[in-house]
Amino acid sequence: MTHLTKRIIPCLDCKDGRVVKGTRFVDLRDAGDPRELAAHYNREGADELVLLDISASREGRATLMETVHAVARTLFIPLTVGGGVRSFDDARRLLGAGADKVAINTAAVESPEVVSEFAERFGSQAVVVAVDARGEIAEGESRVPDSASAARWRVVTYGGTRETALDVIEWAKRAEQLGAGEILLTSMDADGTRQGFDCPLTAAVARAVHIPVIASGGAGRLEDFAEVFLRGEADAALAASIFHFGEYSIRSLKQFLRARAVPVRI
Amino acid sequence: MIAILDYGGGNVGSVRKAIEYLGAEVTVASRPEEIRAAAKLILPGQGHFGAMMKALGERGLVDPIREGVAQGRPMLGICLGLQALYESSEEAPGAHGLGLLEGRVRRFEGVFKVPHIGWSPIEVKEPRGILRGIPNGSFVYFCHSYYAPLTPETSALTDYGQRLAAAAEFGSVAAVQFHPEKSGDTGLQILRNFIE
Repeated sequence: MTHLTKRIIPCLDCKDGRVVKGTRFVDLRDAGDPRELAAHYNREGADELVLLDISASREGRATLMETVHAVARTLFIPLTVGGGVRSFDDARRLLGAGADKVAINTAAVESPEVVSEFAERFGSQAVVVAVDARGEIAEGESRVPDSASAARWRVVTYGGTRETALDVIEWAKRAEQLGAGEILLTSMDADGTRQGFDCPLTAAVARAVHIPVIASGGAGRLEDFAEVFLRGEADAALAASIFHFGEYSIRSLKQFLRARAVPVRI
Repeated sequence: MIAILDYGGGNVGSVRKAIEYLGAEVTVASRPEEIRAAAKLILPGQGHFGAMMKALGERGLVDPIREGVAQGRPMLGICLGLQALYESSEEAPGAHGLGLLEGRVRRFEGVFKVPHIGWSPIEVKEPRGILRGIPNGSFVYFCHSYYAPLTPETSALTDYGQRLAAAAEFGSVAAVQFHPEKSGDTGLQILRNFIE
Protein backbone atom coordinates (compact mmCIF):
# COMPACT_ATOMS: atom_id res chain seq x y z
CA MET A 1 0.00 0.00 0.00
CA THR A 2 1.38 3.34 -0.94
CA HIS A 3 0.14 6.77 -0.06
CA LEU A 4 1.96 8.69 -2.76
CA THR A 5 -0.35 11.34 -4.19
CA LYS A 6 -0.83 12.36 -7.80
CA ARG A 7 0.73 15.73 -8.49
CA ILE A 8 -0.96 18.75 -10.05
CA ILE A 9 1.54 21.06 -11.72
CA PRO A 10 0.68 24.46 -13.14
CA CYS A 11 2.97 25.68 -15.88
CA LEU A 12 4.05 29.28 -16.39
CA ASP A 13 5.14 30.08 -19.92
CA CYS A 14 7.48 33.04 -19.62
CA LYS A 15 8.85 35.41 -22.19
CA ASP A 16 11.21 38.22 -21.26
CA GLY A 17 10.27 37.87 -17.60
CA ARG A 18 6.50 37.92 -18.15
CA VAL A 19 3.96 35.12 -18.08
CA VAL A 20 2.43 34.90 -21.53
CA LYS A 21 -0.66 33.12 -22.87
CA GLY A 22 -2.66 35.48 -20.71
CA THR A 23 -4.16 35.00 -17.31
CA ARG A 24 -7.39 36.32 -15.89
CA PHE A 25 -7.10 36.25 -12.16
CA VAL A 26 -9.04 39.02 -10.55
CA ASP A 27 -7.20 38.76 -7.23
CA LEU A 28 -3.78 39.45 -8.69
CA ARG A 29 -2.49 42.94 -9.17
CA ASP A 30 -0.38 41.81 -12.08
CA ALA A 31 -1.27 38.45 -13.57
CA GLY A 32 1.73 38.61 -15.87
CA ASP A 33 4.16 38.66 -12.98
CA PRO A 34 5.59 35.16 -12.50
CA ARG A 35 6.17 35.81 -8.79
CA GLU A 36 2.55 36.70 -8.15
CA LEU A 37 1.28 33.73 -10.12
CA ALA A 38 3.71 31.37 -8.39
CA ALA A 39 2.57 32.59 -4.98
CA HIS A 40 -1.06 32.27 -6.07
CA TYR A 41 -0.64 28.65 -7.17
CA ASN A 42 1.34 27.85 -4.05
CA ARG A 43 -1.55 29.14 -1.89
CA GLU A 44 -4.00 27.13 -3.96
CA GLY A 45 -2.19 23.88 -3.26
CA ALA A 46 -0.10 23.29 -6.39
CA ASP A 47 2.29 20.39 -5.80
CA GLU A 48 5.06 21.79 -7.95
CA LEU A 49 5.56 24.55 -10.45
CA VAL A 50 7.06 24.42 -13.93
CA LEU A 51 8.44 27.54 -15.53
CA LEU A 52 9.04 27.29 -19.28
CA ASP A 53 11.03 29.99 -20.96
CA ILE A 54 9.94 30.76 -24.49
CA SER A 55 12.18 33.81 -24.97
CA ALA A 56 14.07 33.61 -28.18
CA SER A 57 16.65 36.29 -27.47
CA ARG A 58 19.78 36.40 -25.40
CA GLU A 59 18.29 39.25 -23.37
CA GLY A 60 15.28 37.07 -22.66
CA ARG A 61 17.54 34.33 -21.36
CA ALA A 62 19.25 36.75 -19.01
CA THR A 63 15.88 37.88 -17.70
CA LEU A 64 14.99 34.24 -17.06
CA MET A 65 17.71 33.96 -14.43
CA GLU A 66 16.27 36.98 -12.61
CA THR A 67 12.77 35.50 -12.89
CA VAL A 68 13.87 32.14 -11.48
CA HIS A 69 15.73 33.85 -8.68
CA ALA A 70 12.73 36.02 -7.79
CA VAL A 71 10.22 33.16 -7.95
CA ALA A 72 12.40 30.74 -5.99
CA ARG A 73 13.06 33.11 -3.12
CA THR A 74 9.55 32.76 -1.70
CA LEU A 75 8.40 29.48 -3.22
CA PHE A 76 8.89 26.38 -1.08
CA ILE A 77 7.58 23.69 -3.38
CA PRO A 78 9.65 22.10 -6.15
CA LEU A 79 10.38 24.34 -9.13
CA THR A 80 11.29 22.96 -12.55
CA VAL A 81 12.68 25.28 -15.21
CA GLY A 82 12.93 24.45 -18.89
CA GLY A 83 12.98 25.93 -22.35
CA GLY A 84 16.19 26.22 -24.29
CA VAL A 85 18.34 24.42 -21.72
CA ARG A 86 21.24 23.16 -23.81
CA SER A 87 24.50 23.14 -21.92
CA PHE A 88 25.85 22.07 -18.59
CA ASP A 89 26.34 25.78 -17.85
CA ASP A 90 22.65 26.56 -18.53
CA ALA A 91 21.64 23.87 -16.05
CA ARG A 92 24.16 24.92 -13.43
CA ARG A 93 23.03 28.55 -13.58
CA LEU A 94 19.34 27.66 -13.35
CA LEU A 95 19.89 25.37 -10.37
CA GLY A 96 22.07 28.06 -8.81
CA ALA A 97 19.29 30.61 -9.31
CA GLY A 98 16.92 28.42 -7.33
CA ALA A 99 15.45 25.82 -9.69
CA ASP A 100 15.20 22.33 -8.21
CA LYS A 101 15.04 20.55 -11.53
CA VAL A 102 15.86 21.43 -15.12
CA ALA A 103 13.88 20.15 -18.07
CA ILE A 104 15.87 19.29 -21.20
CA ASN A 105 14.17 18.63 -24.49
CA THR A 106 15.83 19.24 -27.83
CA ALA A 107 19.36 19.19 -26.41
CA ALA A 108 18.73 15.74 -24.93
CA VAL A 109 17.62 14.39 -28.31
CA GLU A 110 20.55 15.91 -30.16
CA SER A 111 23.20 15.03 -27.56
CA PRO A 112 21.89 12.32 -25.23
CA GLU A 113 25.12 12.42 -23.23
CA VAL A 114 24.01 15.73 -21.65
CA VAL A 115 21.34 13.76 -19.76
CA SER A 116 24.02 11.55 -18.21
CA GLU A 117 26.27 14.52 -17.53
CA PHE A 118 23.49 16.38 -15.75
CA ALA A 119 22.45 13.29 -13.78
CA GLU A 120 26.00 12.54 -12.66
CA ARG A 121 26.67 16.09 -11.59
CA PHE A 122 23.30 17.15 -10.14
CA GLY A 123 21.61 13.81 -9.41
CA SER A 124 18.75 12.24 -11.35
CA GLN A 125 16.19 13.99 -9.17
CA ALA A 126 17.20 17.28 -10.82
CA VAL A 127 16.92 16.03 -14.40
CA VAL A 128 13.60 16.03 -16.22
CA VAL A 129 13.64 14.92 -19.82
CA ALA A 130 10.85 16.66 -21.70
CA VAL A 131 9.51 14.65 -24.62
CA ASP A 132 7.23 16.18 -27.23
CA ALA A 133 5.28 13.44 -28.99
CA ARG A 134 3.24 13.36 -32.17
CA GLY A 135 1.16 10.40 -33.24
CA GLU A 136 1.82 8.71 -36.52
CA ILE A 137 -1.21 7.46 -38.38
CA ALA A 138 -1.88 5.68 -41.61
CA GLU A 139 -1.87 7.89 -44.68
CA GLY A 140 -5.17 9.49 -45.46
CA GLU A 141 -6.54 9.32 -41.93
CA SER A 142 -7.07 12.46 -39.96
CA ARG A 143 -5.21 12.92 -36.73
CA VAL A 144 -7.35 12.39 -33.65
CA PRO A 145 -5.74 13.13 -30.30
CA ASP A 146 -6.30 10.71 -27.45
CA SER A 147 -7.34 7.97 -29.79
CA ALA A 148 -5.91 4.52 -30.00
CA SER A 149 -5.52 5.10 -33.73
CA ALA A 150 -1.93 6.26 -33.48
CA ALA A 151 0.21 3.28 -34.39
CA ARG A 152 3.21 4.88 -32.74
CA TRP A 153 4.46 8.24 -31.61
CA ARG A 154 7.48 10.12 -32.89
CA VAL A 155 9.60 12.59 -30.94
CA VAL A 156 9.46 16.13 -32.25
CA THR A 157 11.93 18.86 -31.29
CA TYR A 158 12.30 22.64 -31.44
CA GLY A 159 8.88 23.25 -29.92
CA GLY A 160 7.18 20.79 -32.20
CA THR A 161 8.54 22.25 -35.40
CA ARG A 162 11.02 19.53 -36.28
CA GLU A 163 10.25 15.85 -36.83
CA THR A 164 12.73 13.20 -35.75
CA ALA A 165 12.91 9.49 -36.48
CA LEU A 166 12.92 8.67 -32.75
CA ASP A 167 10.16 6.49 -31.36
CA VAL A 168 8.72 8.05 -28.20
CA ILE A 169 8.62 4.80 -26.18
CA GLU A 170 12.19 3.90 -27.11
CA TRP A 171 13.40 7.42 -26.36
CA ALA A 172 11.68 7.47 -22.95
CA LYS A 173 13.35 4.16 -22.02
CA ARG A 174 16.69 5.49 -23.21
CA ALA A 175 16.23 8.69 -21.20
CA GLU A 176 15.63 6.61 -18.08
CA GLN A 177 18.81 4.61 -18.73
CA LEU A 178 20.75 7.83 -19.26
CA GLY A 179 19.72 9.00 -15.81
CA ALA A 180 16.55 11.05 -16.19
CA GLY A 181 14.60 11.30 -12.95
CA GLU A 182 11.25 12.05 -14.58
CA ILE A 183 9.67 12.30 -18.03
CA LEU A 184 7.60 15.37 -18.91
CA LEU A 185 5.50 14.05 -21.77
CA THR A 186 3.64 16.50 -23.99
CA SER A 187 1.22 15.36 -26.66
CA MET A 188 1.62 17.79 -29.53
CA ASP A 189 -1.64 16.41 -30.96
CA ALA A 190 -3.59 17.23 -27.81
CA ASP A 191 -1.76 20.41 -26.81
CA GLY A 192 -3.94 23.48 -27.14
CA THR A 193 -7.09 21.51 -28.04
CA ARG A 194 -8.55 21.43 -24.51
CA GLN A 195 -10.08 18.10 -25.54
CA GLY A 196 -8.30 16.02 -22.92
CA PHE A 197 -4.87 14.49 -22.35
CA ASP A 198 -3.62 11.81 -24.71
CA CYS A 199 -4.24 8.84 -22.42
CA PRO A 200 -3.07 6.04 -24.74
CA LEU A 201 0.26 7.84 -25.26
CA THR A 202 0.67 8.56 -21.54
CA ALA A 203 -0.14 4.99 -20.52
CA ALA A 204 2.22 3.57 -23.13
CA VAL A 205 5.13 5.63 -21.77
CA ALA A 206 4.19 5.14 -18.10
CA ARG A 207 4.25 1.35 -18.59
CA ALA A 208 7.57 1.44 -20.42
CA VAL A 209 9.60 3.27 -17.76
CA HIS A 210 10.08 3.02 -14.01
CA ILE A 211 10.40 6.74 -13.41
CA PRO A 212 7.46 9.12 -12.93
CA VAL A 213 5.67 10.44 -16.00
CA ILE A 214 4.16 13.93 -16.04
CA ALA A 215 1.38 14.20 -18.61
CA SER A 216 0.96 17.46 -20.47
CA GLY A 217 -1.19 18.87 -23.23
CA GLY A 218 -4.94 18.97 -23.73
CA ALA A 219 -6.43 19.65 -20.30
CA GLY A 220 -9.80 21.35 -20.71
CA ARG A 221 -12.08 19.93 -18.02
CA LEU A 222 -11.72 18.48 -14.53
CA GLU A 223 -12.66 15.08 -15.87
CA ASP A 224 -9.58 15.14 -18.12
CA PHE A 225 -7.32 14.98 -15.07
CA ALA A 226 -9.17 12.00 -13.60
CA GLU A 227 -8.84 10.28 -16.97
CA VAL A 228 -5.11 10.83 -17.31
CA PHE A 229 -4.48 9.46 -13.82
CA LEU A 230 -6.88 6.52 -13.99
CA ARG A 231 -6.64 5.55 -17.67
CA GLY A 232 -3.38 7.24 -18.63
CA GLU A 233 -1.51 6.01 -15.53
CA ALA A 234 0.23 9.38 -15.17
CA ASP A 235 2.05 10.23 -11.95
CA ALA A 236 1.50 13.95 -12.38
CA ALA A 237 -0.44 16.23 -14.69
CA LEU A 238 0.67 19.60 -15.99
CA ALA A 239 -1.55 22.33 -17.37
CA ALA A 240 -1.44 26.05 -18.05
CA SER A 241 -4.48 27.74 -19.52
CA ILE A 242 -7.12 25.76 -17.58
CA PHE A 243 -5.68 27.28 -14.40
CA HIS A 244 -4.61 30.64 -15.79
CA PHE A 245 -8.08 31.47 -17.05
CA GLY A 246 -9.39 30.88 -13.58
CA GLU A 247 -12.12 28.52 -14.76
CA TYR A 248 -11.00 25.91 -12.31
CA SER A 249 -8.93 26.36 -9.19
CA ILE A 250 -6.36 23.79 -8.18
CA ARG A 251 -8.28 23.35 -4.95
CA SER A 252 -11.53 22.52 -6.74
CA LEU A 253 -9.67 20.18 -9.09
CA LYS A 254 -8.19 18.29 -6.17
CA GLN A 255 -11.55 17.99 -4.46
CA PHE A 256 -12.98 16.62 -7.70
CA LEU A 257 -10.13 14.11 -7.98
CA ARG A 258 -10.47 13.00 -4.39
CA ALA A 259 -14.17 12.30 -5.01
CA ARG A 260 -13.05 10.12 -7.92
CA ALA A 261 -10.72 8.17 -5.60
CA VAL A 262 -7.55 9.70 -7.05
CA PRO A 263 -5.11 10.28 -4.16
CA VAL A 264 -4.22 13.96 -3.93
CA ARG A 265 -2.67 16.29 -1.38
CA ILE A 266 -5.30 18.68 -0.01
CA MET B 1 24.59 30.95 13.69
CA ILE B 2 23.24 28.00 11.76
CA ALA B 3 25.75 26.34 9.44
CA ILE B 4 24.69 24.37 6.38
CA LEU B 5 27.33 21.81 5.61
CA ASP B 6 28.57 21.98 2.02
CA TYR B 7 30.52 18.89 1.05
CA GLY B 8 30.25 19.44 -2.69
CA GLY B 9 26.88 17.75 -3.18
CA GLY B 10 23.46 18.43 -1.81
CA ASN B 11 20.97 21.20 -2.34
CA VAL B 12 22.66 23.78 -0.15
CA GLY B 13 21.06 26.71 -1.97
CA SER B 14 17.42 25.82 -1.45
CA VAL B 15 17.94 24.92 2.21
CA ARG B 16 19.73 28.23 2.74
CA LYS B 17 16.93 30.12 1.04
CA ALA B 18 14.33 28.59 3.32
CA ILE B 19 16.32 29.34 6.48
CA GLU B 20 16.87 32.94 5.36
CA TYR B 21 13.16 33.26 4.59
CA LEU B 22 12.47 32.26 8.19
CA GLY B 23 14.72 35.05 9.35
CA ALA B 24 17.59 33.09 10.87
CA GLU B 25 21.25 33.80 10.36
CA VAL B 26 22.83 31.15 8.23
CA THR B 27 26.19 30.37 6.74
CA VAL B 28 27.47 27.71 4.38
CA ALA B 29 30.34 25.76 5.96
CA SER B 30 32.80 23.41 4.38
CA ARG B 31 35.79 23.40 6.75
CA PRO B 32 36.19 21.58 10.07
CA GLU B 33 36.67 24.79 12.07
CA GLU B 34 33.48 26.25 10.60
CA ILE B 35 31.55 23.16 11.69
CA ARG B 36 33.03 23.42 15.19
CA ALA B 37 32.06 27.11 15.41
CA ALA B 38 28.42 26.56 14.43
CA ALA B 39 25.68 26.72 17.06
CA LYS B 40 23.48 24.48 14.93
CA LEU B 41 24.35 22.32 11.96
CA ILE B 42 22.31 21.26 8.95
CA LEU B 43 23.49 18.27 6.96
CA PRO B 44 21.64 18.49 3.64
CA GLY B 45 21.74 15.76 1.12
CA GLN B 46 21.13 14.79 -2.42
CA GLY B 47 23.26 12.44 -4.38
CA HIS B 48 25.16 9.31 -3.52
CA PHE B 49 25.73 7.77 -0.06
CA GLY B 50 29.27 6.63 -0.90
CA ALA B 51 30.23 9.95 -2.47
CA MET B 52 28.89 11.83 0.54
CA MET B 53 30.76 9.75 3.12
CA LYS B 54 33.92 9.95 1.02
CA ALA B 55 33.63 13.74 0.73
CA LEU B 56 33.01 14.11 4.47
CA GLY B 57 36.03 11.91 5.19
CA GLU B 58 38.39 13.67 2.79
CA ARG B 59 37.44 17.09 4.11
CA GLY B 60 37.94 16.04 7.70
CA LEU B 61 34.30 16.72 8.54
CA VAL B 62 33.34 13.44 10.19
CA ASP B 63 35.08 14.17 13.50
CA PRO B 64 33.63 17.70 13.89
CA ILE B 65 30.15 16.27 13.24
CA ARG B 66 30.67 13.54 15.84
CA GLU B 67 32.00 16.08 18.34
CA GLY B 68 28.96 18.28 17.82
CA VAL B 69 26.64 15.34 18.45
CA ALA B 70 28.63 14.34 21.57
CA GLN B 71 28.41 17.92 22.87
CA GLY B 72 24.67 18.01 22.33
CA ARG B 73 24.70 20.65 19.62
CA PRO B 74 21.54 20.58 17.49
CA MET B 75 21.93 18.94 14.09
CA LEU B 76 19.39 18.41 11.33
CA GLY B 77 19.97 15.83 8.60
CA ILE B 78 17.93 16.14 5.41
CA CYS B 79 17.31 13.29 2.94
CA LEU B 80 20.75 11.73 2.41
CA GLY B 81 21.62 13.56 5.64
CA LEU B 82 19.22 11.19 7.43
CA GLN B 83 20.58 8.12 5.66
CA ALA B 84 24.14 9.08 6.62
CA LEU B 85 23.20 8.60 10.30
CA TYR B 86 22.79 4.86 9.72
CA GLU B 87 25.58 2.27 9.66
CA SER B 88 25.62 1.57 5.94
CA SER B 89 23.66 1.69 2.70
CA GLU B 90 23.04 -0.68 -0.19
CA GLU B 91 23.90 2.27 -2.41
CA ALA B 92 27.57 1.96 -1.42
CA PRO B 93 28.15 -1.45 0.16
CA GLY B 94 31.70 -0.72 1.34
CA ALA B 95 31.08 2.72 2.82
CA HIS B 96 30.58 3.38 6.51
CA GLY B 97 27.83 5.74 7.63
CA LEU B 98 28.04 7.77 10.82
CA GLY B 99 26.51 4.81 12.68
CA LEU B 100 24.44 6.94 15.07
CA LEU B 101 21.41 4.84 14.15
CA GLU B 102 21.40 1.08 13.81
CA GLY B 103 20.70 -0.55 10.50
CA ARG B 104 21.28 -0.46 6.80
CA VAL B 105 19.66 1.84 4.23
CA ARG B 106 18.04 -0.19 1.44
CA ARG B 107 16.95 0.32 -2.14
CA PHE B 108 13.24 0.23 -2.94
CA GLU B 109 12.27 -3.09 -4.47
CA GLY B 110 9.05 -4.18 -6.08
CA VAL B 111 6.39 -2.73 -8.28
CA PHE B 112 6.66 0.91 -7.33
CA LYS B 113 8.36 3.55 -9.34
CA VAL B 114 11.81 4.49 -8.14
CA PRO B 115 12.68 7.14 -7.07
CA HIS B 116 9.84 7.86 -4.68
CA ILE B 117 9.11 11.40 -5.92
CA GLY B 118 6.23 13.44 -4.63
CA TRP B 119 4.01 14.20 -1.68
CA SER B 120 3.23 11.50 0.86
CA PRO B 121 1.52 11.85 4.24
CA ILE B 122 3.54 11.12 7.36
CA GLU B 123 2.43 9.27 10.44
CA VAL B 124 3.69 11.38 13.33
CA LYS B 125 4.45 9.21 16.36
CA GLU B 126 4.73 12.15 18.73
CA PRO B 127 4.29 15.79 17.73
CA ARG B 128 7.34 17.06 19.59
CA GLY B 129 10.83 18.28 18.73
CA ILE B 130 11.05 19.27 15.07
CA LEU B 131 7.57 17.79 14.57
CA ARG B 132 6.00 20.11 17.13
CA GLY B 133 2.64 21.31 15.81
CA ILE B 134 2.74 18.98 12.79
CA PRO B 135 -0.58 17.10 12.54
CA ASN B 136 -0.62 13.40 11.82
CA GLY B 137 -1.17 12.85 8.09
CA SER B 138 0.58 16.05 7.00
CA PHE B 139 1.94 15.91 3.45
CA VAL B 140 5.62 16.39 2.75
CA TYR B 141 7.76 16.16 -0.40
CA PHE B 142 9.97 13.11 -0.84
CA CYS B 143 12.60 12.42 -3.47
CA HIS B 144 14.73 9.32 -2.88
CA SER B 145 15.62 5.90 -4.24
CA TYR B 146 16.87 4.38 -0.96
CA TYR B 147 15.02 4.21 2.34
CA ALA B 148 15.99 3.98 5.97
CA PRO B 149 14.55 1.32 8.26
CA LEU B 150 12.44 2.08 11.33
CA THR B 151 14.36 2.26 14.61
CA PRO B 152 13.32 3.21 18.16
CA GLU B 153 14.46 6.76 17.25
CA THR B 154 11.99 7.02 14.34
CA SER B 155 9.61 9.89 15.09
CA ALA B 156 7.56 9.80 11.89
CA LEU B 157 7.11 7.25 9.18
CA THR B 158 5.54 6.87 5.78
CA ASP B 159 4.62 4.09 3.43
CA TYR B 160 5.99 3.55 -0.07
CA GLY B 161 5.69 -0.15 -0.68
CA GLN B 162 7.17 -0.59 2.77
CA ARG B 163 7.15 1.41 5.95
CA LEU B 164 10.17 3.67 6.16
CA ALA B 165 11.64 6.23 8.52
CA ALA B 166 10.41 9.70 7.49
CA ALA B 167 11.94 11.38 10.54
CA ALA B 168 14.16 10.44 13.47
CA GLU B 169 15.06 12.28 16.63
CA PHE B 170 17.45 11.46 19.47
CA GLY B 171 19.37 13.69 21.83
CA SER B 172 20.17 16.87 19.93
CA VAL B 173 20.00 15.15 16.56
CA ALA B 174 17.02 15.30 14.23
CA ALA B 175 16.71 14.07 10.69
CA VAL B 176 14.12 13.86 7.95
CA GLN B 177 13.98 11.75 4.80
CA PHE B 178 11.75 14.27 3.02
CA HIS B 179 12.68 17.81 1.94
CA PRO B 180 11.29 20.34 4.43
CA GLU B 181 12.65 23.15 2.23
CA LYS B 182 10.29 21.91 -0.53
CA SER B 183 7.33 20.86 1.62
CA GLY B 184 5.37 24.11 1.67
CA ASP B 185 4.07 25.42 5.00
CA THR B 186 4.52 22.06 6.77
CA GLY B 187 8.19 22.01 5.82
CA LEU B 188 8.72 25.61 6.88
CA GLN B 189 7.17 24.82 10.27
CA ILE B 190 9.58 21.90 10.74
CA LEU B 191 12.55 24.13 9.88
CA ARG B 192 11.21 26.82 12.23
CA ASN B 193 11.02 24.22 15.01
CA PHE B 194 14.66 23.38 14.42
CA ILE B 195 15.75 27.02 14.34
CA GLU B 196 13.93 28.04 17.51
